[in-house]
Amino acid sequence: MNWGQAIADALALGALYGLVAVGIGLVFGVMRLINFAYGELITAGAYTLAYTGGWPPALSIAACVGAVVALALVQERVAFRPLRRLGASPATMLVATFAVSFLLQAIYLIAFGSRGQIVGTLGQLNEAFSVAGVDIRWILLVTFVTGLLLLAATAALLGRTSIGLHIRAAAADFRTARILGIEANRVIMLSFVVAGVLAAAVSVLYTVSNPLVQPSLGVPITIFALVGVVVGGLDRLWSAALGGFAVGVVYGLFDDVLSSTSSVYLPSVVYGVVIAVLLLRPTGLFAPLRGAQVERV
Amino acid sequence: MRRLLDAAPQLAAPVLLLVATAAIAGALSRERQLEFENALVMAAVVVALYVFVGNSGVISFGHVSFVAVGAYLAGLVSIDPETKAFTVPGLFPFLRHAHIGIVPSLALAAAAGGVYALAVGLPLMRLSGLPAGIATFAVLGITYNVLSYWGRVGPGVQTLSSVPETGGWTIAAGAIIVVAVAFAYQRSRFGRLLRATREDPAAARASGIDVYRQRLLSFTISGALAGLAGGLYVHQLGLITPDLFYLDLTFVTLAMLVFGGVASLWGAVLGALAISALNSFLGDAENTVDVGFQLTLPNGTRLVTVGAVMALVLILRPSGLTGGREFALRWRR
Repeated sequence: MNWGQAIADALALGALYGLVAVGIGLVFGVMRLINFAYGELITAGAYTLAYTGGWPPALSIAACVGAVVALALVQERVAFRPLRRLGASPATMLVATFAVSFLLQAIYLIAFGSRGQIVGTLGQLNEAFSVAGVDIRWILLVTFVTGLLLLAATAALLGRTSIGLHIRAAAADFRTARILGIEANRVIMLSFVVAGVLAAAVSVLYTVSNPLVQPSLGVPITIFALVGVVVGGLDRLWSAALGGFAVGVVYGLFDDVLSSTSSVYLPSVVYGVVIAVLLLRPTGLFAPLRGAQVERV
Repeated sequence: MRRLLDAAPQLAAPVLLLVATAAIAGALSRERQLEFENALVMAAVVVALYVFVGNSGVISFGHVSFVAVGAYLAGLVSIDPETKAFTVPGLFPFLRHAHIGIVPSLALAAAAGGVYALAVGLPLMRLSGLPAGIATFAVLGITYNVLSYWGRVGPGVQTLSSVPETGGWTIAAGAIIVVAVAFAYQRSRFGRLLRATREDPAAARASGIDVYRQRLLSFTISGALAGLAGGLYVHQLGLITPDLFYLDLTFVTLAMLVFGGVASLWGAVLGALAISALNSFLGDAENTVDVGFQLTLPNGTRLVTVGAVMALVLILRPSGLTGGREFALRWRR
């Protein structure tokens, strides 16, 4: 067991899940929607990378961002906006995102087949460099740094720009924000755009270590990031990010450290933690207790 | 008496529909028969799901766990012990040595589903809305994970295909029992109390209804019915494998319930049979079917259509095909 490598793996995985958690948390904050179909955005990005494999990497990545953001907007416009107009309950919306996820996976299956495509865009990042006798793959460093940069950029966008102010106002109190003249549809679209960019980044980073793209690629990523969001606390973006990061780190660490006979049960442990958090600290582990709004009957 | 007569069609219509499905199945080729039997099983699963989701208004992504437990138990105890010693030697002794008939195994499946649902519901029924959805999803994740890897309760990731199969009438009888129990429950005092909490939790609580207790009762009954449906499923298919009881089944059964209409028993049965019919028609069309002309659809159309139908119904008619009404001979306003 090499601890240095295990920690590097875990930190990179944490950064990745942190990004996904922010993407999910951002949309949740604005429209109380947990988008289960978020993973299908990541999958769409991965397919774009696979099919633009012959292009220069920068162009291929740009295409990936474009495709993912477009799909995010389509999801919002075609599925979630009509539902919001109807005033559907959060639980109904969750079922709807489930349906969208299933539908997109089925479309990927028809369009791209079940055997999978290979992404090689940034394959050279799989090479390793040595620090103090520990071999660390470049992609781990790149993932970690990119993750932090994007989180910082999202924070800056939300905290320093007027668009960010609108998004935060809508997240705090949607109805009041509308009364004060914030355009609801624009804010929601913008949060989908930002979430889409984050998803595209995850596609690029994730496929370096896991180059095989299949229709269900995004599902486990979404599930675990969702776990992180819930454990960390849905109501605040930074607690959601921290939750995602924590789940990634813990998962990565235990996956490396435990023997394979016990690590197969890791998902059960993670889900068990989710249930415990929902019951004992419904606002999340990292949310302050004071003034907490607890959703109970 | 008058009220009972008024209500009779509400039970008779779904039961007749199931009987008709079984009767038609008997007259068809073996392959077609399997599809009809599968539709009956789906109806049982969806009605079980409806007992909780429809009456309480709380979403559950976890019911397939109870289906899985029922299926595993009913399947394993009815396989010949000599076969099990050979194919699944790691089982717990009581599972490995058991050898009972199909009908007792179904009763056992119902009991197991109920006990599991009760155990899960005790802590979870305090939640509602989104947290309930996520927590029940976590239950599904745990069940799937454990069934996939624990050799003492099943074949692990492998497929065990020596489960005795049963005919359409047994399955229809099982589905009818599920419908009858669902009907009795929703007409009972407890069913009405729970429906009151669905319409307005605050008012229901103010009227002295213990929301937690009513939900727990419903969840347990619903879990027992799901366990029974799982038993039917495994005896219909004749095989056990964990992938049958995960996201796909959860999604398809939810789609059926939403399509028919979440808030009525009639909707649950209708939705299950309609989506099943659509599913098998499209399955045929993927291998060319004659509908006046030769129709061949690309592989995977089935999944896309079911997904699209569910998304469309949610967007255009969230109360489903029946609008949450029970079957009635006269339309009343």
